[in-house]
Amino acid sequence: MSGKVAHDWRLKGQRYRLEGEECPHCRVKIFPPRDICPECHKPAKEPYRLSGRGEVYTYSTVNNAPGGFEEYTPYTVALVKLEEGPMITAQLTDVTPENVKIGMPVEMVTRKLRAQGDEGTIIYGYKFRPVLQA
Amino acid sequence: MRDVAIIGIGQTPVGEHWDTSLRHLALQAALNALHDANIEKVDAIYVGNMLSGEVGGQEHLGALVADSLGMSGVEALKIEAACASGAAALRVGILAIASGMLDLVLVLGVEKLTDTLGGETTAALALAADAEYEVSQGISFVALNALLMRRYMHDYGWRGDDFANFVINAHANALNNPNAMFHRRVTPESYARSALIADPVKLFDASPVCDGAAAVVLAPAEYARTLSPAPVRIRGSAVATAPLAVHSRKDPLALAAARLSARRAYEMAQITPQDVDFFELHDAFTIMSALSLEAAGFAERGQGVRLALEGDITLQGRLPVATLGGLKARGHPVGATGMYQVVEAVLQLRGLAGENQVPAACIGMTQNIGGSGATIITHILEMA
Ligand SMILES: [Zn+2]
Repeated sequence: MSGKVAHDWRLKGQRYRLEGEECPHCRVKIFPPRDICPECHKPAKEPYRLSGRGEVYTYSTVNNAPGGFEEYTPYTVALVKLEEGPMITAQLTDVTPENVKIGMPVEMVTRKLRAQGDEGTIIYGYKFRPVLQA
Repeated sequence: MRDVAIIGIGQTPVGEHWDTSLRHLALQAALNALHDANIEKVDAIYVGNMLSGEVGGQEHLGALVADSLGMSGVEALKIEAACASGAAALRVGILAIASGMLDLVLVLGVEKLTDTLGGETTAALALAADAEYEVSQGISFVALNALLMRRYMHDYGWRGDDFANFVINAHANALNNPNAMFHRRVTPESYARSALIADPVKLFDASPVCDGAAAVVLAPAEYARTLSPAPVRIRGSAVATAPLAVHSRKDPLALAAARLSARRAYEMAQITPQDVDFFELHDAFTIMSALSLEAAGFAERGQGVRLALEGDITLQGRLPVATLGGLKARGHPVGATGMYQVVEAVLQLRGLAGENQVPAACIGMTQNIGGSGATIITHILEMA
């Protein structure tokens, strides 16, 4: 939420590349990075880039947005279960809410999350879109 | 360890108090509780509050409340745990007396939300979620509950209208509570017509944004009876946590912190769920009621909704909930909510709940949920 430039800059690896971690002890994949394995509780700092592929675990539509997101309503938010295991909270894009289904395959894309007014930074990050069927 | 008892309670009406400041809400509830306990001074004041800084530009509520009460000099702290701030303050008060370090403690929950509007309030409430990985994606508190409700309905086959009785029951019970925010009945038809605010969550599934303050005075149980004609003993008290973000929880529908805190509270009280006569649960959203009933051992996984459908949660039912309106109809003044639950449980145990009296109420349980379930605090109370 914060409009602080350093705060957004610190998160660039996660927002642009889904940089998480792999536990060297039990090999569990971790996102967001937390440096301690949530499974075996040992130090886990090995960088691991997630594929960005997953499926919709659940979803909803935001009509009353928190401050800073009002101009984008309505938008669809989801919990996406990534194929490597972790779950991630993200918006869905390139799809209308009626066409979203639990279990639907999705993939990560980089999109504008929000602009901080006319003068502020524009914040980019991950969203997920339906996987195009070949 | 010393047993702890509640010797006085106080509350303000819940609502949109445009003409009353946070300081005056706090003062009113505190003075009512001190008057009810028939004392003038305490050893410490613990203030549960979530958003005084964000919404009102005022932190440092411990000193502020002590000063307002004319008790400057006393130990006083603000305790924060999102929507569970009220019960968190109570927990701290219990620890202080149980340890033997203090004797008389005033615990207060207070929240003043209506000084901001719309998006600002939504953003303030979202501070309970993970700022970097939930809120940054545009998630609101309502949407987090909608995500849980959608998956719950998908996994267990419930329809939206199956949740109606949580709302109908809360509103029916609030009719007789003069301190409740809403005094209007909800029918199955009006629930069904209620607007979707974040599919599948309807407006009527959600508790209202509002202001209020509630307080209790605590004393060691061993001499509570010399201070009060009707002390209520705290039999169980437990705080548990779960990962802050919903996406980090292994089983998002399990409400793991509720299960842990309820289990610890049952163990401390040496009772089982069957011994609980009524349950002031955290019905901020109907999905939270269902998950809380399951996690606290009153229903199997996926079957919490059935207790509402079958009438078990009404005042005449097997496990009355939200007996004076709950968060839904009494109102959910965030950091004060946990204290309203406790004050109402004391009214039931004292036999002073009027039209809404639960017959032969001996053991009451309260459960206060912070955020989407990251902090959950359970208390078990019994007439001393
Ligand atoms: Zn590990």
